[in-house]
Amino acid sequence: MLRGRSILEPGDLSKEEFEEVFELAEKIMKDPAAYTHACDGKLLATLFYEPSTRTRLSFEAAMLRMGGQVIGFSEAGTSSVTKGESIADTVRTIACYADIVAMRHHKEGAPRIGTFAADIPLINAGDGGHQHPTQTLTDLLTILLMKGGFDNLTVGFCGDLKFGRTVHSLMKALTMYSGVRFMLISPEELVIPDYIRKEVLDKNNIEYKELRRLEEAIGKLDILYMTRVQKERFFNEEDYVRLKDSYILDQEKMSMARDDMIVLHPLPRVNEIAPEVDRDPRAVYFKQARYGMYVRMALIMKLLGVDDVSGERVVN
Amino acid sequence: MLIIQSIEKGIVIDHITAGMGAKILNYLDIDTSKHTIAFIMNADSKKHGRKDVIKIKDVVDIDLADLGLIDPSATVNIIENHKVVRKIKLEIPKTVVNIIRCKNPRCVTSVEFNAPHIFHLVDAEEREYRCEYCDDIVSMKGDFKNEILHKGRPRYKPCE
Repeated sequence: MLRGRSILEPGDLSKEEFEEVFELAEKIMKDPAAYTHACDGKLLATLFYEPSTRTRLSFEAAMLRMGGQVIGFSEAGTSSVTKGESIADTVRTIACYADIVAMRHHKEGAPRIGTFAADIPLINAGDGGHQHPTQTLTDLLTILLMKGGFDNLTVGFCGDLKFGRTVHSLMKALTMYSGVRFMLISPEELVIPDYIRKEVLDKNNIEYKELRRLEEAIGKLDILYMTRVQKERFFNEEDYVRLKDSYILDQEKMSMARDDMIVLHPLPRVNEIAPEVDRDPRAVYFKQARYGMYVRMALIMKLLGVDDVSGERVVN
Repeated sequence: MLIIQSIEKGIVIDHITAGMGAKILNYLDIDTSKHTIAFIMNADSKKHGRKDVIKIKDVVDIDLADLGLIDPSATVNIIENHKVVRKIKLEIPKTVVNIIRCKNPRCVTSVEFNAPHIFHLVDAEEREYRCEYCDDIVSMKGDFKNEILHKGRPRYKPCE
């Protein structure tokens, strides 16, 4: 039962609960009109302390498409944060008005503060370089629809694996499935954090290999998960400039990949995928963005307890 | 042979890993108090070869979870009428609140000053703890532990 719960990281959902959300998301995709009043009278607060295009708009679109309403802010500068208000007080206040919160913050663990302060469901919409569970739901739904399942996949993560919150969340979720192998392609400075290595990979006996060159791995992959080197995570501009173009996926590299490999990217991309790759049918990152809205619709319904697992038209 | 008088009432922290005694004194924030304290460094120990010992007169209540975090091999003896009335073997705490400060500059605790600092034990042998918020792992082994311990709250209570 997901009703009333908060989702801060993929570990907050069991394998069965992931499947429940995907099942509902697929039903919504097939018949969106059946869900246009699913959230009538409900209010989502989007507290975005850090800029976002896809995540914030897909949350808002998800709620509006289900008949709900949205309040919130899209940057910290337009909220009482500028007056020095704490995260706890902001969430405590918002919880007086809204039924559910989606929060993005540049500091890692900020949504946890929110769950200590209020008892309405709170969804982590990305916290610094830490976790991004709804992107993981999006990624998994894309993999499910494109590959038919998760078992025995070889997944390559390429780029910024240190600060890439979508990478951390997706790795954590994929460890639930059997036979999953990871190829971790990054510069030495941007390898996975210690807690992911110890608490996620080693603890679950996941087979993984760390590499510096994409060419060494691409031919063995079922899925290539590209990431952007994120300027906003660096304290030092020089380091960013040195590392930003470490990996560029172009058609030449795609020619080394298998015909059934798919390329995912949480977006936005900068230089790491050449625009020519967009035309390749294996590039599914824009489809992925579309699925993100449906999966967020499903998650919101589940957390608000307004879902109808029978797939019948929802009547409030 | 060094002879230290017994205390009528108080605490003896025994079997402290040699070299850790000063850190414990400093951490308890008792080194600046007016209590009578005996601090023995590098005493002979049958078990460990060398050990540190701290005797504190007229204090019977100290934060054991904190001590277990710093040196789990130490033991605490409660003394009354010159006799040991209770012997406590320290344990590594599973969860600690407001003892370790997260050193990750990206952690929310670096800006949300009223948030409790919560850490969970992930590896008892390495004495590694994970931050509740950012998952960053800190080890309580090594020389940097003074930097990650919170200060500014009482770690002991004098006898009434």
